Amino acid sequence: MRKIIALFAVFLVVACAKEKQEVSRIEGKRININDSITANQEIEAYIQPFRERIQEDMQKVLSYAPKDMHKRDGEFETTIGNLMADFVKLQSEPVYKKRTGKSIDVCLLNHGGIRAPIAQGPITTQTAFNVMPFENSIVVAELTSENMKVLVDYLAKAKRAHPIAGLTIKLNSDFTVNEALIDGKPIEDGKTYTVVTSDYLQHGGDRMYFLQNPVTLEILDYKIRNAMIDYFKTVDTIPAKLDGRFVKL
Amino acid sequence: MKRRDFIQHSLATSAFVTLGGLSLQSFTASSAKKHITILHTNDVHSHIDPFGANHPRNPNQGGAARRATLVSKIRKENPNTLLLDAGDIFQGTPYFNYYGGELEFKLMSMMKYDLATIGNHDFDNGIDGLYSQLPNANFEFVSANYDFKNTVMDTHVKPYKIFVKDGIKIGIFGLGVKLEGLVDKRMYKETVYHDPIEFAQDMSRILKEEEKCDLVICLSHIGYNYTKNPERPSDLMLARKTKDIDLIIGGHTHTFLKKPTIEKNLNGDSVLVNQVGAYGIYVGRVDFYFDDEKNVIANGKSIIV
Repeated sequence: MRKIIALFAVFLVVACAKEKQEVSRIEGKRININDSITANQEIEAYIQPFRERIQEDMQKVLSYAPKDMHKRDGEFETTIGNLMADFVKLQSEPVYKKRTGKSIDVCLLNHGGIRAPIAQGPITTQTAFNVMPFENSIVVAELTSENMKVLVDYLAKAKRAHPIAGLTIKLNSDFTVNEALIDGKPIEDGKTYTVVTSDYLQHGGDRMYFLQNPVTLEILDYKIRNAMIDYFKTVDTIPAKLDGRFVKL
Repeated sequence: MKRRDFIQHSLATSAFVTLGGLSLQSFTASSAKKHITILHTNDVHSHIDPFGANHPRNPNQGGAARRATLVSKIRKENPNTLLLDAGDIFQGTPYFNYYGGELEFKLMSMMKYDLATIGNHDFDNGIDGLYSQLPNANFEFVSANYDFKNTVMDTHVKPYKIFVKDGIKIGIFGLGVKLEGLVDKRMYKETVYHDPIEFAQDMSRILKEEEKCDLVICLSHIGYNYTKNPERPSDLMLARKTKDIDLIIGGHTHTFLKKPTIEKNLNGDSVLVNQVGAYGIYVGRVDFYFDDEKNVIANGKSIIV
């Protein structure tokens, strides 16, 4: 019997070799995964204990969003980006001040780092994990006035709504900088400025190389997500506003 | 060899019937003709549970357990199916923050994923974090342009893998995105990135000419297309600057293509480029139907998207 199978196999191989097959037709499409597909029960049961453990933590209500906020609801500034930059600056200020005696001038984050929108309604711990899933940590880099100008230039050229706070930028219609003010004043030559950002960006993420060699660097050991959760706990309703901090004329 | 390609769009059904009449006949007449199904995901980003009913953008979309149902149904219809992932498996939900990718890899193993490539976010717990989860993955990883020689991942990632399904030889190689400026160096450590286009040219030659593959597939995490930075390597550039690749499965840019893009390669042959956005909201499906070489020469190849 084994011999016959072997012979048959040889025959098959020869038959295949003779009739070389080529692609005659390709069909390509995408299939939507939605609630019309029944969940596989074995997989579902496997996920369940993992899910329960996490949900216990995640469902805690922390604050309230007055409207849907996402990272494309404005051109150079967005409601969610303004919120992020504002609370990172706000939450970091006392920590930085206590350690160095200095204040934070500017917050700079990156548009790509906002990983989910915030839906109108209750904000939970889950919301903070959705928006900021990364373990990115807050650092404060003290920059020379030259590097501050490079920072502003980067933002002008990026054409993306990278979140900023403490800094207002007006661009001309050709995307050159018309005005850049820190605390209402133009960048002063010879002065240094403190920029609160994430360790990811400070290490050159999103090609923000101007953050890489700061005059001083303070690592706050404070995760952005934890700053967000701490902030949410202090406000009843979060602000959802565009305030003209970054506009094109 | 330059072949006639009939490219058809699924909406234009009438055109399909007239044009495809011949090939449709020969196609239905013989059940012996081979059929390979490729299923693919990308940038699932730890989205194990479906989005909630009140999610502003993707209500009730996605979900690993639903994906599993779909995949096993398609596998029942065609056992000659491969399930692939184009990277960024990790990062995006607390499942990753709490369990470091354990559940992602375990579920993909239960769904019998065949192969994956490595995305930039798969380094988010460091290369050691990725390495520590490998025992949970019953599938392999490919990357042709990442050199892991001086890292813990050495020998755990191959440039390509060959599958034989129903006698059809399918060569699949992986490509990763430039890590510098995107991933913290402390995370990827001594991983060396090489130019993906150059390495893809080499891979396609090896798979087509040396390994004699019937199908060559690229599992890419370099991104679909960069209109603002046209010099940056992308899937569309890859399609144009190579030959002998049949399908490029992309990721990284979270591009929700409604249907695969058809590009012309260096030889003027058609290449399919597909990417299904992110978060497991879609599964990409590409079916390759085979016929005797002489019939293909006579009738041409039809592409229906």
